[in-house]
Amino acid sequence: MTTQSLAEYRLGPVDEIPVGEARAYAVGGEMVAVFRLRDGGLRAVSAVCPHAGGPLADGLADQRVVVCPLHQHAFDLRTGCSTTGAPPITVYPVRVDDDNTIIISGGLP
Amino acid sequence: MHTSKPSERERLVVVGNGMAGARTVEEILQRDPDRYAITMFGEEPHGNYNRIMLSNVLAGVEDEAGIFLNDLQWYADNGITLHAGCKVDKIDRKHKLVHADDGTQTPYDKLIIATGSTAFVPPITGVHRPGRGYHQGVFAFRTLDDTRNMIRYARDHERAVVIGGGLLGLEAARGLQQHVSHVTLIHAMGHLMNTQLDEPAGKTLQASVEKLGIEVICDGLTTEILGKHAVTGVKLKNGRVIDCDVVVLAAGIRANTELATTSGLSVEQGVVVDDQMRVAGETDIYAVGECAQHRGVTYGLVAPLWDQARVLADHITGRNLDAAYHGSQVATKLKVAGVDVAAMGLKEPELDTDETVTFAEPRRGVYQSLIIRDDRLVGATLVGDVRKVAFLMQAFDRGLPLPEERAGLLFDLGGPPAEVSAAEMADDAQVCNCNGVCKGDIVEAVQCGVKSVSGVMDKTRAGKGCGSCKGLVQQIVEWAAGGEVEEDPAASWYVPGVPMPKPELMEAIRTHGLKSVSSVFALLAPGGEEDAKSKMGLASLLKMMWGAEYDDERDARFINDRVHANIQRDGTFSVVPQMKGGVTTPAQLKRIAEVAEKHDVPMVKLTGGQRIDLLGVPKENLPQIWADLDMPSGWAYGKSFRTVKTCVGSDFCRFGVGDSTALGIAIEERYQGLEGPGKMKLAVTGCPRNCAEAYVKDLGVVAIEGGKWEIYVGGAAGAHVRKGDLLATVDSADEVLTLTGRFLQYYRENANWLERTYAFVPRIGIDVVRAIVVDDAEGIADRLDAAVAEHVATYRDPWQERSTPVTPGQFRSSLPLTVLPQVPVREPVAAAQEGRA
Repeated sequence: MTTQSLAEYRLGPVDEIPVGEARAYAVGGEMVAVFRLRDGGLRAVSAVCPHAGGPLADGLADQRVVVCPLHQHAFDLRTGCSTTGAPPITVYPVRVDDDNTIIISGGLP
Repeated sequence: MHTSKPSERERLVVVGNGMAGARTVEEILQRDPDRYAITMFGEEPHGNYNRIMLSNVLAGVEDEAGIFLNDLQWYADNGITLHAGCKVDKIDRKHKLVHADDGTQTPYDKLIIATGSTAFVPPITGVHRPGRGYHQGVFAFRTLDDTRNMIRYARDHERAVVIGGGLLGLEAARGLQQHVSHVTLIHAMGHLMNTQLDEPAGKTLQASVEKLGIEVICDGLTTEILGKHAVTGVKLKNGRVIDCDVVVLAAGIRANTELATTSGLSVEQGVVVDDQMRVAGETDIYAVGECAQHRGVTYGLVAPLWDQARVLADHITGRNLDAAYHGSQVATKLKVAGVDVAAMGLKEPELDTDETVTFAEPRRGVYQSLIIRDDRLVGATLVGDVRKVAFLMQAFDRGLPLPEERAGLLFDLGGPPAEVSAAEMADDAQVCNCNGVCKGDIVEAVQCGVKSVSGVMDKTRAGKGCGSCKGLVQQIVEWAAGGEVEEDPAASWYVPGVPMPKPELMEAIRTHGLKSVSSVFALLAPGGEEDAKSKMGLASLLKMMWGAEYDDERDARFINDRVHANIQRDGTFSVVPQMKGGVTTPAQLKRIAEVAEKHDVPMVKLTGGQRIDLLGVPKENLPQIWADLDMPSGWAYGKSFRTVKTCVGSDFCRFGVGDSTALGIAIEERYQGLEGPGKMKLAVTGCPRNCAEAYVKDLGVVAIEGGKWEIYVGGAAGAHVRKGDLLATVDSADEVLTLTGRFLQYYRENANWLERTYAFVPRIGIDVVRAIVVDDAEGIADRLDAAVAEHVATYRDPWQERSTPVTPGQFRSSLPLTVLPQVPVREPVAAAQEGRA
C-alpha cells in the first residue's frame, strides 16, 4: 500500500450504508466501496474488480470477504488479496468520526 | 443421561470384538455413553478391524493399519475393559457370570453375544494333519492372522488353489494373484456365486474372472489334498489332479455358536433371537451379527448387521423400547475380483406370472436380469454394468411402481452421452468453457497439493461458471490424485458455511425457529461466522420455509434480488416486464417502446423465454423505468420461477389440440416469483409438435389428443440438454396446475442449492418423484399443496419497491464503469501529512 499524499475525505453519514451491505463513493478520481459489516465495523476497498471491472459494492460480503457479483472472485476486505486468484485490490483506512461521518484516507491521487 | 460413576453403572459384557460387537458398542456409546460399564472379549489379539477389507490386505492394496476400525486407544478412551486374545468358555446364566480361558470370571447385568462365524471346512481328506491343525500350505481365509500367514507362505510358492467360488473365494483368488503366478478356483456348484447370482450371471462373471488370468473349475468337488509334508496338489471327485503348493479354503461360513450351545442357550443355525435381538427365552442376553438367527435367517453381510446393532442399542439403552428388527432385504453391490456385481432379492423367477427382463452383452462381460412381480421389482442381478443399481435398489426396497417401458430400468434412454475419460484428454483440452480452465490447470492444482474437488474448483475456478463441467472436473481431480482424493466434507452440505446437509439444516432451523440468515449463522455456523457464499442459499431456503414470517435481511440477497433486475457485464441491469404466457397487447408494446425511447435503452431484445428485454439500464434509473412502464416484474433474475413459454395453441393454430396459451397464463399467474434452489423455466405447448419446447423445460406441459395433458419434468436446454421425464398424463388444466405446484414445492424442499431439476429429477429418480407427487405414496401431497398455496397468497410484485426503497441507497449506482464519475465527487477536506496506512 502506498503512503504518499495522504488525504482525508468525508464521505457522508454511516447510515447511508445498510448493515451488511456496501455503497460506492467517488473519492478524488477513484471509486471506493465502503462496507458496513454486521458487527458494526467498516471496510473500504477499491470498488472495481480487477478481473473484469465488476462493481464490488454490489457484491455479497461477510466479516472477511466480498464476492464480486459478476464472476464470483472473492477479495479479503482487510488485505485486498484475492482468495480466488485475481489481482489484489486497494484497501483504504476508514473510520467514523464523532458525527457518525465516514472518513477515508489513503494514497489517493 | 446417566451421570453415575463407572463403579455404579450397570455391567455390560460383550463376547466378540469383531464388526458386530464393536459396532453395537459404538451405537450404545453414541446413545448413552455413561449408562454401562463395558467389558469386551475378543479371541483375536487386536483391536477390531474391517473384515471385508482383508481381501484388500491380501491383494496388497491396503496396509493392515488401514483396516482397523477402532484401535486400542478407543477402548481406553471409552472406559471399555478389553480382554483381547481371550476365549470365553462358558456363560453361567444362573449367577450371571462369564468364564474365560484366562481364568477370569466377569459378572454382567446385560450380555451381548457377537461371536460371528467361522470358516466352514468341507470334509476333504488331508485338510488336517493329526496334532497340528491344517496341513502345511492349507489356509482358511477368515481372520487377519489367516491373511498374514497366507501372504507369508504364498510369497515363496507358485501355484494356488482356492476352494469355493463364492464372494470370499473370488476375492481370495484375485488377492493371491499378487503372490503366486498361477491361481485355480474350484467351485463345487454349477456356477460362481450361486447363492447370489443366476446361472447366466455366474457364467458372465466367470468369463470376466478368467480374463484376469484365474483358472475356474465349476462342478468341481474336491475330495483330497495331496502331499505328505507339504501340499503338492488337490484331487477332484472325477479323478482330476491339480498341482499346487497352496490351498485356500473359502467354502463359506458357519455361525459360531459353540459358546451359546455349551451354555444352554437356544441354538439352531445360529443363536435364536427375537425382534429386539434378545436370545429366545432370556431376559438379559442378546446376540447380534453373523452368529444370530432372526426369524429363521442368519446373515453374512454387513448391512443387516448395522440394522441389528442399531435396534439392539436403541433397546438396551432404553432410547427406544419399541425398536424392533424386522429382518433385512439383502441387496449387495460389490466389486468382486475387479468385476462389478450387484444382486438383490430373488435370483430366479418363482411364479409362472413373474416377469423376467434380461440383457446380455457377453463380449463386454455384461449381464443384467430383473424379476418383476405385479409391477414391483422383486429381484435383480447385475454383472459388469451396475450403473442403474442405485435406482433399482430403491425400487426394490420401497416397492415403487416401475416404468411401463422396462428398458428404462436398465438404460438411460435419451440420457447424456458417455463421458470422455480423464486419462484420454490432452493437457490443453479446455474443461471449463466458462472460465477457460484446461485439464493441465486442474492437474497442476492437484500436484500442488489441493486434493479435494471443491478445493480445486476454488483454486482454478473450473466449474464455477455454468457448472456443467463439474462432473468432468471431479473425474480429472480423481485421476490426477491417483485415488487419493480427499473426501470433501462440504460436498453434502447445503451451503459451504453451515456444515449440514439440507434435511438436517431445515430441521435445525425449524427447531430453533431461525427466521433470518444472520441468526442461522450465529447459531449453526462454526464460530457463528457468517459466510458470503452461503447467504443467497440460506435466504432462499428461509423464504421457502417461513414464507411471510421470513425475516428478510437485504444483505443476504444477491444484487439481482436486491434490485429486482439482472446485472449485466457492464454493471447495468436489464428490465423485463411481465408478459404472461408470452401474450402482449398493442398498448403494452407501445408503452414499452415509449419507455425504451425515453430512457435511451441501449438494446431492446426478445429473450429466450418469449419476453421483451430492456438491456443496459443503470441501477439508479430502475425505479423510474418501472414507474414509467407501470407493469409487473417479469422475474428474469433470481433463483425463482421464471416464465411460462407457450405456443399459439388452439386459438389460431391448425394443429393445436389444447389451449396452451390460457394454461400457460394460468400457471404463470399462480406461481410467479416462487423462489427455489435454482431457476424454474416452464412451457406449455398445444400439441406434440412442441413449438414451445416443453420437452426441455424444468416443467413442460404438452396437450395431446382427447383433451389430455402430459407433464414432463427435469428437462433442460441450457448448459445441459435433457429431455424431461413424463411425470403424468392428466385430463384437465386444473390437474396440471395442482401437479405443477406440488412438483415445484417438492423440488423446493428437497433439491440442493443451485441443483436444477435436470439434476434433481434423475438423482431422485422419476419413479420416486412420480410415486410421491402423483400417487402420493408418502402421504405428503396435501401438505405440499398447502405449502405452495401459502406462497401464492403472500406474493407481492417486487417492482412496487420503486416508490419506497427498502434500504438507503437501494438503487444507488455502484460502479460507473464508462464515464467517471457519475456520482457527486467528494473533494478532500483535510490533508494529512502522515498516513495511518
